Amino acid sequence: MTVWRDVVGQSQTVATLQRAVSDPDSMTHAWLFTGPPGSGRSVAARAFAGALQCPQGGCGDCRECRTAMDGTHADVDVIATEGLSISVRQARDLVALAQLRPSVGRWRVIIIEDADRLTEHAANALLKVLEEPVPRTVWMLCAPSLQDVLITIRSRSRHLQLRTPPVKKVAELLVERDGVDPGMAMYAARASQSHVGLARRLARDEGARIRRRDVIAMASRITSVGTAVGAAADLVKIAEEESTAASTERDAREIAQLKEVLGVDPSARTQPPHVRSQIAALEKEQKTRAKRFVRDMIDRSLMDLLSIYRDALMLHTAAPVELINADGRAEVDRLARTMGPDDLLRAMDAIGLARERIEANVPPLLALEAMAIELRPPVRH
Amino acid sequence: MSSPQTAVPPLVLVTGPEGLLAERAVAATLRELRELTPDVEVIRLTADGYEPGAVGMHAAPSLFGGDKAIVVQGLEEAGDELQADLLAYVAAPEPSVTLLVTHASGNRGKRVLDAMRKAKARVLDAPAVKTDRDKSDFATNEFRVARRKATPDAVRALVEAVGQDLRELASACQQLIADTEGVIDETVVLKYHGGKVEATGFRVADAAVAGNAGESLRLLRHAIAVGVDPVPIVAVLASQLRQLVRVGAAGRGRSADLARDLGMAPWQVDKARRSLGGWDGEALARSIQAVAAADQEVKGGGRDPVFAVERAILTICRERSGGGRG
Repeated sequence: MTVWRDVVGQSQTVATLQRAVSDPDSMTHAWLFTGPPGSGRSVAARAFAGALQCPQGGCGDCRECRTAMDGTHADVDVIATEGLSISVRQARDLVALAQLRPSVGRWRVIIIEDADRLTEHAANALLKVLEEPVPRTVWMLCAPSLQDVLITIRSRSRHLQLRTPPVKKVAELLVERDGVDPGMAMYAARASQSHVGLARRLARDEGARIRRRDVIAMASRITSVGTAVGAAADLVKIAEEESTAASTERDAREIAQLKEVLGVDPSARTQPPHVRSQIAALEKEQKTRAKRFVRDMIDRSLMDLLSIYRDALMLHTAAPVELINADGRAEVDRLARTMGPDDLLRAMDAIGLARERIEANVPPLLALEAMAIELRPPVRH
Repeated sequence: MSSPQTAVPPLVLVTGPEGLLAERAVAATLRELRELTPDVEVIRLTADGYEPGAVGMHAAPSLFGGDKAIVVQGLEEAGDELQADLLAYVAAPEPSVTLLVTHASGNRGKRVLDAMRKAKARVLDAPAVKTDRDKSDFATNEFRVARRKATPDAVRALVEAVGQDLRELASACQQLIADTEGVIDETVVLKYHGGKVEATGFRVADAAVAGNAGESLRLLRHAIAVGVDPVPIVAVLASQLRQLVRVGAAGRGRSADLARDLGMAPWQVDKARRSLGGWDGEALARSIQAVAAADQEVKGGGRDPVFAVERAILTICRERSGGGRG
């Protein structure tokens, strides 16, 4: 077993990284991992961190490897945000951290999992340390594409492009690592379009599968303006319910923990002002987190929706590629019958536009309504 | 208690968020005090900048005797010292002092409120005046108190022009009372307040959904000029269109049932039903597309937010008239 096991279908990248571990001349101080969501950017970065710390160059079994990969290694810091962005304040803390020598390992590794969420100020704050590195500090930045990071950051780091792993490889990983049944693994890998994390969730969570089916079924539900607006409302509602379900318990636990840390009576109806302000700050953070969660959920639903239109288009063009929704073949056939290639392309454009608009802060409900209206099948004259 | 109170009780509490009404209640109480004792000394204290001990100091009997009225404004912002001083005073009041306290809203100062109520303070209300009907009633009452007659149209025009702030409305009423003679009708109001319109996103959207392009653009310009942001205007446009679609799709049925099913207020359902006349599905569809595009442009996707809203409004109005004819 090695640290590279979970880095699926990226043989070229792995080779480059292995060379960097074994040969000091191939090593550099800042790396930029890009690749589509789910291709394993952060997994690759963590594996690389493990290999750098490991005395044997990445055995995958020793303490260094294991702690580096789960993010608990003393010299490996993993920065990921659950909010909407990484602030300049956080970035400045990192700059200070980068100056320290590693305490137990060979390198001090700083992994920024969503470098695309760095605000412009935050990214600028990092430029100096990226350019003039401290000897034993390594930066690893992860982003979906090169365009997502500042050009000045791009030019200061070495770029590694990860590709979408093949469906079969993802399925194999699910079977090997998580003990998923091979048939289910294939379905999950295909339905998630090779997104490793999502595939794992689909394979293990019945709720996620049901939700995906509901979203796919929406394609045939939309027939008029009224049903379109209704479908948009449903999409938002599903996301919000999911968000509440996921966060209610956690939010309450965090508040209770904070009260415990501050040493106040948790049952008191009104808290002293300094406690109230801290609780308010935490609640605000939780709110951004919930907002991001809802947006991510909606985005995922839109990707699922997009897949069925893509499949229908594939049937039209008779392209020799596998269907993403092979299990929902009847639905795909029906869609291909009611909509021509140009209608399907228009629908796919509408879904893309909705994603773009939500990204640009248009209320999700409005963006989805405008999208769903475009998804209505054409009227036959 | 049934006979009119001959004297003001030693404690008076004015509660409610409407500042103008609270001020009037205080002024009326002081007037009442002066009728009995013309040389009553009035001391005004505010919650911000309160110096600890001031209540007790002013309440202490003076060497020269004489009655005093202490007016404490803004109990809702009172710090701990002011609250403690007030509580101490309420527990041991001075015979020659009248204490007036105003409290707008909120939980702060609740202990003082309770203590005063318990000590049988006279409680005066200053309720919020929010709806157009309340404002009309207020204006009508202003005229009636001054023994003047105003037509309903005049009151409506007045509320439309200066209804945003009650204080402004009150002074507009006073101006009309002082400067004009005879019955106050719409022409008189327009002479003084013509061309000024308090436009909100809702009025812009109402006009747009009714297909009234000129009116809607005029209101939009007014709204932008008085500082309304384009973002909420687009949001209101979207929600109005959404309601039309949902009510239209829900079909027949009692509006109360519909309102419950759709999570809307019954009057919203009725209003949407009335507006639905000139609309069909396709027109609504294109209008929603236009609003979604405008929303993106307003939030930085376009160069000119106001132009984006204008274009969306024109699209809506065009769709409405087109749908009506077809």
